[in-house]
Amino acid sequence: MTVLVYLIPIALLMGGLGLAAFLWSLKSGQYDDLEGASWRVLEDDDKPAN
Amino acid sequence: MSCCAAGTEGALDAERAAHDLPPTDELWIASRTLDGGLRQTDLAVPGVHCGACIVSIEKALNALPEVHHARVNLSTRRVSCVWREEIDGVRTDPTRIVRTIEDAGYESHLFSAAEEAGDSEQKALIKALAVAGFAAMNIMLLSVSVWSGAEAATRDLFHWISAMIAGPTLIYSGRTFYSSAFRALSRGRMNMDVPIALAITLSYIMSLYETIHHGERAYFDAGVSLLFFLLIGRTLDHIMRDRARSAITGLARLSPRGATVLTEGGGQEYRKADELKAGDRLLIAAGERIPVDALILNGSSDIDLSIVNGESTPVTAGPGRLLQAGTLNLTGALTVEATAAVKDSFIAEVMRLMEAAEGGKARYRRIADRAAEIYAPAVHLLALAAFLFWGLYDGDWRHAITIAIAVLIITCPCALGLAVPVVQVVAAGRLFASGIMVKDGSAMERLAEADTVLFDKTGTLTLGKPRLINRGEVDQAALEAAAGLAAYSRHPLSLTLKDAAAGDANRFSDVQEIAGSGVEGRDGTGVWRLGNRAFALEGSELADDDNSTGTETVLSRNGQMVAVFRFEDQPRRDAQAAIARLTARGFKTGILSGDREAAVAGLAARLGIRFWRSGLTPKGKVDEIAAAAEHQHHVLMVGDGINDAPALARAHVSMAPATASDVGRQAADFVFLHESLSAVILAIEVSRRSGRLIRQNFAMAVGYNVVFVPLALAGFASPLVAAVAMSSSSIIVVLNALRLSLGGKKNLLDNTNPASTFTMAPAE
Repeated sequence: MTVLVYLIPIALLMGGLGLAAFLWSLKSGQYDDLEGASWRVLEDDDKPAN
Repeated sequence: MSCCAAGTEGALDAERAAHDLPPTDELWIASRTLDGGLRQTDLAVPGVHCGACIVSIEKALNALPEVHHARVNLSTRRVSCVWREEIDGVRTDPTRIVRTIEDAGYESHLFSAAEEAGDSEQKALIKALAVAGFAAMNIMLLSVSVWSGAEAATRDLFHWISAMIAGPTLIYSGRTFYSSAFRALSRGRMNMDVPIALAITLSYIMSLYETIHHGERAYFDAGVSLLFFLLIGRTLDHIMRDRARSAITGLARLSPRGATVLTEGGGQEYRKADELKAGDRLLIAAGERIPVDALILNGSSDIDLSIVNGESTPVTAGPGRLLQAGTLNLTGALTVEATAAVKDSFIAEVMRLMEAAEGGKARYRRIADRAAEIYAPAVHLLALAAFLFWGLYDGDWRHAITIAIAVLIITCPCALGLAVPVVQVVAAGRLFASGIMVKDGSAMERLAEADTVLFDKTGTLTLGKPRLINRGEVDQAALEAAAGLAAYSRHPLSLTLKDAAAGDANRFSDVQEIAGSGVEGRDGTGVWRLGNRAFALEGSELADDDNSTGTETVLSRNGQMVAVFRFEDQPRRDAQAAIARLTARGFKTGILSGDREAAVAGLAARLGIRFWRSGLTPKGKVDEIAAAAEHQHHVLMVGDGINDAPALARAHVSMAPATASDVGRQAADFVFLHESLSAVILAIEVSRRSGRLIRQNFAMAVGYNVVFVPLALAGFASPLVAAVAMSSSSIIVVLNALRLSLGGKKNLLDNTNPASTFTMAPAE
């Protein structure tokens, strides 16, 4: 059962990383405009504008 | 990339509103300071709908030298623009940003702080939800190990880890419930959050006690997953929540900030609106709104009275006529004498009406709150009774409190918390797919109760725009000549003529618009006039021969009649069918209009509506609705104009077409995008179905309690039973709500004729 000493912290750490990633993406505004993002995908603004 | 012609709606709005831009100072104050001499301004742009709109606005803004970058948010219909405070030492004028958006064809305005507050609260809820979800999953993982047979030291270890995860989670994610429960209790009231807060706190304390004493029963998983489910419900509810919107600010934008006053000495002076007083003489240029109630002294013009009576066709006004504040002077310059100060003027009265009506609506108690008021005390009494019974029965008070807490956990209104918001979110999505936007979850509850439908006439039952009805009778050449002349006027009838045919505006010279009469122009063949009969046929015996019933415009050459154009505002194509279906379903229908009696009576007869009122002021409409409410009728008001706004706010529930005025759209609970009036029926149908589903969900949540509460009372509610019972009841409630979008779709679609729902083209 000593393996639990490693496994539980690892499991919690990985879950925590996922949570942190989500909170970060929320804070950096990635969910602010889901509707707009779906349109922006279709824009080819990486090409030089004519 | 052409889902819509860029900004068709926006352009229309801009044209209609002719509103003044926010002044430079207001924009400076409203902007946020960023580092490096940058400022950020956020503007609401209601007209954006697609990728093309994003590109056109962003391109236009990014082309300005002072703009650092601009980004459109399509979901919230906003533009956030970061700009430099000064370029080359010149202070930037932020109105240029607003004007650029305007030039791109979109109306924009600053939004209030209340709207922003709603967003940050939603973000806080999502964060709390994420944390609760993380904690619930990890604790559940550990609990499953315990249930599958972890013993002694391992079990204690798992309980301790659970306790360490659960503690901070309850504090962080449970804040919403704690603060709301505290607020309710400190006001001596009960709400759903009181049993929630009590259950999660007590279960945590008891589980911690058990853990310390190496006990078997810890409810950490139950407490945290309860929190998780409840937060889902709360977040959905918040999305459906009314965003403290108020149409009053929209109205305020219609009253001019000031006016040019003629002073005693004969000079001119610009004064702020609230410094104007009765007796002041004001100069009103064409295109300006009247700032205060006033009497015309000099000049004549066409006045857009839509704010008073909802009619789009302007009225010709000359000396001696009283004008209400907020009406729009279209064609000629006027000298007027103020008869009241701003605060006693018409528009201030409408704003007061709105305020009273919006305040009244806030008192509506939502179905979930009413359920909580019965449910919460019942649950607490039950837990208390269990505690006393077991304590007195076997003298083991620790066992007694365990059972009481188990009762609280089992009865915690998890399914109840989800019962309403899930159904409403699904229903709102269902309506949105059919082109109906729901402003507020409680609106659907209120709509399900409606039994009377009152319509505004112009713009609601009719399309609100004059249409040429005798195109077949007039000569094509005459129509082209009229369209050419009409290009010089902003009168709505001229705009209609201009759209009706391709005219050559350049063939006329010396064109002048005579305010309140029409347009005159000259070409090789003589002097052409387009306007009212008296003007166009001046000096002819036909000039006074006004036997027409509808609206007309006469075209003449050298005083000889060339053509008469007749216009009519046509009813929406399926208005009659929609009224018939409403009547068949037992709704009372009626018309509340600001228009003349003859026009209203004619339309009412045509559509088969028996109850109608004409010539109503905004206050008159409110009074009619209040009278209906007194007779225990729940009124659904469907209207579009500024004059309908107080009635829309006062009615039990309200709808507006998307073509409505800004103020009307803001005051209404529902906005329908398509031309067809069947949207009204569809909205009622979906609201009633969702009302039924909500009641079913309540019944299921109660039924689940009836099954599991005896188990808890008898002391058999192990943590496993609690977890299973709670999750399954929540999932059943969610699945039941989803039936609204899956089942019965065909049935609902039968009620909307797709041909009429999905075309915006006018009926010809």
